[in-house]
Amino acid sequence: MTPLPPDDEAIRRRQRSRAIVMGLALGALVVLIYAIGMAKMMRG
Amino acid sequence: MASQPLGSPLADDSLPADWRDFLALTKPRVMTLVVFTGLCGLLAAPVAINPVLGFTAILCIALGAGAAAALNQWYEADLDAKMRRTANRPLPAGRMARQSALHFGVGLGVFSVLLMGLATNLLAAFILAVSILFYVLVYTVWLKRRTPQNIVIGGAAGAFPALIGWAAATGRVDVLPVLLFALVFLWTPPHFWALGLFVRSDYAAAGVPMMPVVAGQRATRLQVFLYTLPMAACAAAPWAMGLAGAIYGWTAAILSALFLVLAARVALSRETDQALMLPERRLFKFSILYLFVVFGALVADRLLLA
Repeated sequence: MTPLPPDDEAIRRRQRSRAIVMGLALGALVVLIYAIGMAKMMRG
Repeated sequence: MASQPLGSPLADDSLPADWRDFLALTKPRVMTLVVFTGLCGLLAAPVAINPVLGFTAILCIALGAGAAAALNQWYEADLDAKMRRTANRPLPAGRMARQSALHFGVGLGVFSVLLMGLATNLLAAFILAVSILFYVLVYTVWLKRRTPQNIVIGGAAGAFPALIGWAAATGRVDVLPVLLFALVFLWTPPHFWALGLFVRSDYAAAGVPMMPVVAGQRATRLQVFLYTLPMAACAAAPWAMGLAGAIYGWTAAILSALFLVLAARVALSRETDQALMLPERRLFKFSILYLFVVFGALVADRLLLA
């Protein structure tokens, strides 16, 4: 059985949840890079 | 969400894959053991590492393991579709396009190696890169579909994290992490072949030449026991060589003896009905606990006796 094509709302919902996760991951990366920089400066 | 029938090679890529499917692609449960052994390698090292850099090193090991798992599933989507245990993974279930898994795996792998090099040192980054490439190219692409020794040689991929953790903290490779590498390497065949015995029909249906499929159950049972002997010796070696204390030594000795007893039961069993293979299931479950406790004991030993 061929699945029905998803409606626009389902696509938007999926894109939104992916964008939120990606945004959180990038935010965490910025914090992590900053913390690594501080740790390296304190060490060296 | 509508999913395709089992074994369908076509993904419903008109809908973007859910982020949870990307997470599932990294095999988070398998990652737990990898992260734990990496953390133990890091904590057992004689050099204290900055907590931020240590956290980053473990994060990179986790991301590298996730990348290797994603690339493994990208390559093995056809095999996964044939096995009940793996048929509901994102690719065989048709919830994600194969290209997305490839891009995700390569991106995550490159990122993990670069971040490891940036945060710790080039040696740790190099070993991490080797472990990812080894798992993907040597185990997944080269060995898995060709030889029943796939698990034996491919087991090296899962043995790297302790080495990486140690290298991240010290910038070098010493005898103890090499022994930990050898322990996980020798632990892998009895662990996977115990599983292979009670899911043999799955592997046979998919055409994967696992030892129970190719060499038969009796030969596999014997191999499980035979590999347990050098594994137990390897577990005892750090204590015998004076590289670890009594906490580790006694824990490793007792658990290795239990492992040997369970492996002997598997070797002596003549059960052919997969549903009734209790000794095999017991050994498989115990083998996971074994690695957690032995590695945990090493860290406890180091921290308490330091």
